[in-house]
Amino acid sequence: MADTLDATPSDAELVAGCRAGDPEAWNALVERFSRYVSAIATQAFRLPPHDAEDVFQNVFLRVYERLGSLRSDDAIRPWVGQLTRNCCLDVIRASGRVVPVEEVEEQVADDAIARLDEAMTVRDGLSHLGSECREILDRFFARDESYRTIGEALSIPAGTIASRISRCLGRLRTELDR
Amino acid sequence: MTTYDEERLGELLRLLPPARAGWVEAAQELPRARAELDALVERAEQDAAFRQALVDDLEDALRVAGVEPRPVVVEHLRRRLAT
Repeated sequence: MADTLDATPSDAELVAGCRAGDPEAWNALVERFSRYVSAIATQAFRLPPHDAEDVFQNVFLRVYERLGSLRSDDAIRPWVGQLTRNCCLDVIRASGRVVPVEEVEEQVADDAIARLDEAMTVRDGLSHLGSECREILDRFFARDESYRTIGEALSIPAGTIASRISRCLGRLRTELDR
Repeated sequence: MTTYDEERLGELLRLLPPARAGWVEAAQELPRARAELDALVERAEQDAAFRQALVDDLEDALRVAGVEPRPVVVEHLRRRLAT
């Protein structure tokens, strides 16, 4: 599975690994920020899929090329967010599209990015839960899978999924409250 | 410190679905693609005919060289050839 939730070096550790030329660190870094970059392009800026894919690949190319210029390894998330924002604006300008102000006003996009940043913080909290909770919460909320699909995938009775979701959300809340 | 209720946590988790199929894998291959591009640029600098083939039809020349002409690869190589 390309998009694993398995644990979890820190952002700074991943950056250091990438700088050292570790391909596994690069793969993990791409996985960690893939949803964030994709969501900024498709949700905050509402780019169509082909433009969003161009942004996605260009962002990671720039990350790869410019990782050495990152001042603080811990600052990679805001840096990736800013790179993505700039790439989206470049695509919109280059396309010559007339974008209605009410649809993609930069302030609106920035508010959306702030929500996505908060979502990333919550997602980071998932990494501190057990694998079953991580899988259940990710499949139900982020992948929009049904109780039945989750139950079949994880060999869990579908009738117990709702209570497990509630219990896992409680654990996640506790983790985030620390 | 932000305190989350379960509904808010669910809303935030929903905001980050997986990226589309293939996007992550393509980005993970960028270091290898970058190495291929470096080799192509070096060859273009030494082989005028190859450079002209790249300029004439970049995507076809990439295919002939065994490199998939993904948009990000094409754009990156186009920029490098222009310098």
